[in-house]
Amino acid sequence: MGNISYEFPVEKDDFERAGEASSKIKKILRQLGMDSGIIRRVAIGAYEAEMNLVIHSLGGTIRIDIDPKSIIITAEDKGPGIHDINLAMKEGYSTATEKIREMGFGAGMGLPNMKRCSDIFEIQSIVGKGTKIVMKMNLKDGD
Amino acid sequence: MTVGQICEKLRLKSLTGDVGMDREVKGAYVCDLLSWVMAHAHEGDAWITIQTHTNIVAVATLIELSCIIIPENAEIEDDTIKKAIEEGIPILTSEQNAFMICKNLISIGLGS
Repeated sequence: MGNISYEFPVEKDDFERAGEASSKIKKILRQLGMDSGIIRRVAIGAYEAEMNLVIHSLGGTIRIDIDPKSIIITAEDKGPGIHDINLAMKEGYSTATEKIREMGFGAGMGLPNMKRCSDIFEIQSIVGKGTKIVMKMNLKDGD
Repeated sequence: MTVGQICEKLRLKSLTGDVGMDREVKGAYVCDLLSWVMAHAHEGDAWITIQTHTNIVAVATLIELSCIIIPENAEIEDDTIKKAIEEGIPILTSEQNAFMICKNLISIGLGS
């Protein structure tokens, strides 16, 4: 299998289409005949990243890079950036509004869920500039 | 057990017609926090939630839940039903609350 890459734009506040990028990513992995366990991990990571872009960012992109040894999901946005990454990584901590929480989002589990799904999880953020999240999932024989 | 059998035994109403009636239900999960469901529900679970916006379909599709059951006849947005039909996820409603739906699911043999 050669290297495959796709990138999907994600708009802020677009709850109508939220989840579409992750669904497309999942379909790509399915078409490649990947194992359901790795598909689930990627789907969860991509979904949480996508929802964070919709809820918290000014818009951005989700990218998937697949090579024979790993799957890398990269979420990058145009801001506003995260003030305290350690706090944002804490399960249960969220800056989501009451309205967003009523919809069942903003449980403060997005970033911890992404980390849990990844073999390597990296987050960089500059306030006023934006946030970049990279999730790497290693592929085993049989995935 | 299939979605169709659960529908019949619990007298649930399908808002998505015949969509996904042959899907296998392996268990059930009750929660209204989407990230929590993403992290903890299992493939094949029937998901009982009071959330009715379109994103519930994305969650159910991504982690391959068997169906969504909406308790207490809560009103469901048309867009949600449309999307569920497109994705093949059955949405069922009940006049009973989440607790009674779980009780009935257990009594017909789910989770044992």
